[in-house]
Amino acid sequence: MENKAIKIIDLHKSFGTQNVLDGINLEIEKGKITVIIGKSGGGKTVLLKHLIGLMKPDKGEIWVDGVEITKLKEKELNDVRKGFGMLFQEAALFDSMDVYDNVAFPLREHTKLSEKEIEEIVEERLKQVGLLGFTEKMPSELSGGMRKRVGLARALVLDPDIILFDEPTSALDPIISLTIDDLIKETQTYLKKTYVVISHDILGMFRIADKVAMLYNGKIIEYGTPYEIKRSNNENIKEFLKATKIPGFSGGD
Amino acid sequence: MFSSIIEKIFSPAARFLRELGNIGLLFGECVYWGVRRPFKFNYIFKQMEFIGVNSVVVVIITGVFTGMVLALQSYYGFRKFGAEGLVGTTVALSMTRELGPVLTSLMVTGRAGSAMAAELGTMRVTEQIDALIVMALNPIKYLVVPRVIASFLMLPILTIVSDFVGIVGGYLVGVKLLGINEGAFINKMVKYVDHEDIYNGLVKAAFFGIIMSVVSCYKGFYTEGGAEGVGKSTTEAVVTSCVTILISDYVLTSLMF
Repeated sequence: MENKAIKIIDLHKSFGTQNVLDGINLEIEKGKITVIIGKSGGGKTVLLKHLIGLMKPDKGEIWVDGVEITKLKEKELNDVRKGFGMLFQEAALFDSMDVYDNVAFPLREHTKLSEKEIEEIVEERLKQVGLLGFTEKMPSELSGGMRKRVGLARALVLDPDIILFDEPTSALDPIISLTIDDLIKETQTYLKKTYVVISHDILGMFRIADKVAMLYNGKIIEYGTPYEIKRSNNENIKEFLKATKIPGFSGGD
Repeated sequence: MFSSIIEKIFSPAARFLRELGNIGLLFGECVYWGVRRPFKFNYIFKQMEFIGVNSVVVVIITGVFTGMVLALQSYYGFRKFGAEGLVGTTVALSMTRELGPVLTSLMVTGRAGSAMAAELGTMRVTEQIDALIVMALNPIKYLVVPRVIASFLMLPILTIVSDFVGIVGGYLVGVKLLGINEGAFINKMVKYVDHEDIYNGLVKAAFFGIIMSVVSCYKGFYTEGGAEGVGKSTTEAVVTSCVTILISDYVLTSLMF
């Protein structure tokens, strides 16, 4: 258990008659980047939302650092959440605040630091994501990629142990996607935190992942290093990897 | 066939009751979080500015013209039996007891209630509300409570403004334009209008402030379905708030009689 940050046991969730999660079992390693890939609309976001208690499962358990979180009350759940950071699909920055206040917000609400200390941390984080000169911009004035960077800075600002990424490169052009991928990899190498990324961008994810889990029909059908996934003989994985149209990218042994 | 008829009759009623229950629950949560530390004074002040200060102009315009037209209409009626001196009383009683609080609330609903629903709705569909939850912060405390408290405090103040300018408008039309005796106009008004009349109006306004803000926040907070959903929530917020204000106005007035 020590080297496992999150342990998901037999997780079920359905909406109406649709079984979105149909018995997920997964152990996410501490201090690594785990990428969960799968089709769009295949339940990846639903899975991610379960990890942080935004959704409750119909059945199953989720253990975070030795605590089973699916049955926790809001107050106890909030204690667990303080150990999490999350980068949302559209970054979910607060429109009413500028970049600086967005990043400073978690510090102001959860710590007793002085404005001066907050400023130091915020600037440090913004420097890490390469946006130091943009503190006074409003979110609406930023491009999609910049918003994600601010979102990352905000997710990192409280020094959480686990950071969740909901489709970090969706809706971005390939070049900006590259820089976001690099940023994810860089910050993880530097901070050594547990990153959980969900994505359908296979190529980008293979570049940053330490471990890859493939979600298919509500189950994790394969879990391993990117190399192992690429060599997998599972037909569904092969089909998914072939969609990259890169010769030799998939193909078992 | 038969069951579908029953469903047609009862499902809107059931939906209405469920909605009413949910709005009540949201109000309960508001009270729960509103009395718990830390108090978010800066958020409350910001909303007071938006709901109160920024509505002053529209409330003044509505109030003045309502007072003016009241003077015209009641003059027309009272002249028939020579009671022009009562125009001032009529204007003042109508404004303080009824039109001041109701018109102010309806105008603020159109201005601020719609904005509340649209803002919270956008925050919902762009996951900003989820972002707050993930940060271990309660979105009701940060988003709904300040708006409800600000509305509760500002609506009575705006109503005082509306009452005052309405009476001034009535005075201008009655005395300066129609030539009613100034002494009669003011004396009768002072004689027949009690503190109670003004006070009851302000209580109503505070109550309407709560209704307007809780309904609008409820509609925005539980928005579903992207930009279209935000539009729908905004419309529903204004319509539901206005209807609820008018219905509760009758109930409150009959209780205060």
